[in-house]
Amino acid sequence: MLPALAGVGFKPDHFAAIRKDAADVGFFEIHAENYMGEGGLPHAQLAAIRSDYPLSIHGVGLSIGGARGLDADHLERLRRLCDRYEPDSFSEHLAWSSHGAEYLNDLLPLPYTGETLGLVCDHVDHVQSVLRRRMLLENPATYLCFAQSTIPETEFLAEVARRTGCGLLLDVNNVFVSCTNHGTNSRDWLAAIPLHLVGEIHLGGHDTEELPSGPLLIDSHGAAVADPVWSLYAEVVSRIGPLPTLVEWDNNLPDWPVLLAEAARAGAILAARGAGLARAS
Amino acid sequence: MPAHPDFVFGFDAALRGGALPTGLIARDMTEVERRFAVYRNNVAVSLSEALAARFPVIRRLVGEAFFTPLARLYAETDRPRTPVLAEWGAGFAGFLEGFPPLAAYPYLADVARIEFARGRAFHAADAPPVAPEILAVADPERIRLMLHPSVILLRLRHPAVAIWARNQPGGAAMPLVQGPQTALILRDAAYQVPVQSLGAGDCAMMQAILGGQTLSQAAGAAQNAEANHDPQVMLVALMRAGVIIQATE
Repeated sequence: MLPALAGVGFKPDHFAAIRKDAADVGFFEIHAENYMGEGGLPHAQLAAIRSDYPLSIHGVGLSIGGARGLDADHLERLRRLCDRYEPDSFSEHLAWSSHGAEYLNDLLPLPYTGETLGLVCDHVDHVQSVLRRRMLLENPATYLCFAQSTIPETEFLAEVARRTGCGLLLDVNNVFVSCTNHGTNSRDWLAAIPLHLVGEIHLGGHDTEELPSGPLLIDSHGAAVADPVWSLYAEVVSRIGPLPTLVEWDNNLPDWPVLLAEAARAGAILAARGAGLARAS
Repeated sequence: MPAHPDFVFGFDAALRGGALPTGLIARDMTEVERRFAVYRNNVAVSLSEALAARFPVIRRLVGEAFFTPLARLYAETDRPRTPVLAEWGAGFAGFLEGFPPLAAYPYLADVARIEFARGRAFHAADAPPVAPEILAVADPERIRLMLHPSVILLRLRHPAVAIWARNQPGGAAMPLVQGPQTALILRDAAYQVPVQSLGAGDCAMMQAILGGQTLSQAAGAAQNAEANHDPQVMLVALMRAGVIIQATE
């Protein structure tokens, strides 16, 4: 389990600053696919980070919402990575990113139906049996909905967790982005999701494009966390107590002090809003 | 066939520019096309950025305005076969070679080969170097060297090493000579991945070493290729880089 503190995504650009300051960070998270090479600098840095901090491995390429079975080779590489670093958490997305053998490098949306629920559960079962660990499944940021969907997203996620035993990764920015884009209410979404299943929270930035019908929010991981997302986050923490919280900033990478300050803001909310609700560990 | 494979097929066809799949819903239905464009854009931009990160010198040489559409075209014709994007782009050099608008710049493909090889070297497996004393006492007639997995020898038709070096940040203006070059690429003990151009003697010596020949055979091959070649220079360079990982008699 990750500690219920604020963490940040590890970027090689920040390595020297992190080591120099012995940075006060609750945990680091990496994208699994960036560490699937055999050796060299990425592994030397990750081993150093791992020895000093709790680690979360976050996959972006398993295509859990894909139509066919998982890529066995890729899953095997993921297993080796997890065996090598023994992360405190592994998480992936409710999305698809591969079609056949081709990888599209985006987290693409899927209709929520009885059929896709079965497929996603099979894929989560497969991941958990190969990795021999419980995974967390992250809610996506979406720009469109599908007429064929018959299950609300919150119910879909809850049912995957119920059937497979996986936990949830609650991306509060994704909730805000999707609900704004679909004209629904983020607070309703958060009221419907079983928060006790949440093992980690993600906070990231988004871009805004004005369309005639209102703003279209685009998950960018390239900006500071927006104020409404901070508010939703504080409400979640007030309801269920402190949870491991990651500040994601993958594009337009800021200098280390800026990222650290963003994490400190999450840390302050965890301390202030979650103090009375801290779970016994 | 279940519906989800059809859905994925249709969605992907639309990502490639085909008609949008049926059943898409937006808050305002006139905005469906615009919203789908977010996904099209994410795929195209993220792959183009991944390729730019992998081939920074090619981007510099052709310019960003040309590189971006070039990368998108390449991504459409040779999509990644793995989510590990550092491994994508093996076909980029060949693509550049066969791309008519770049026919006047035949050296670009060789520069791309250098950049791809550097990525492989950067991520190659770790292997500790042998103790230097082993070489001091070794019998050159019998000793064979095994080199680090990052070591790559590239025979190039164009002076691409010089072009690559000139386009490094603060890169020294290496003289541009016409004709083929052989590039030695390796990852040194500080995780740097330098690219060196080898003369005929060093090239023959490296080929012999990589081919499993003894040190004296390698030195002999170097002599044949280049009179008065001094094998010690290359040997010391390899040792300093920490890429001699086994020396067996």
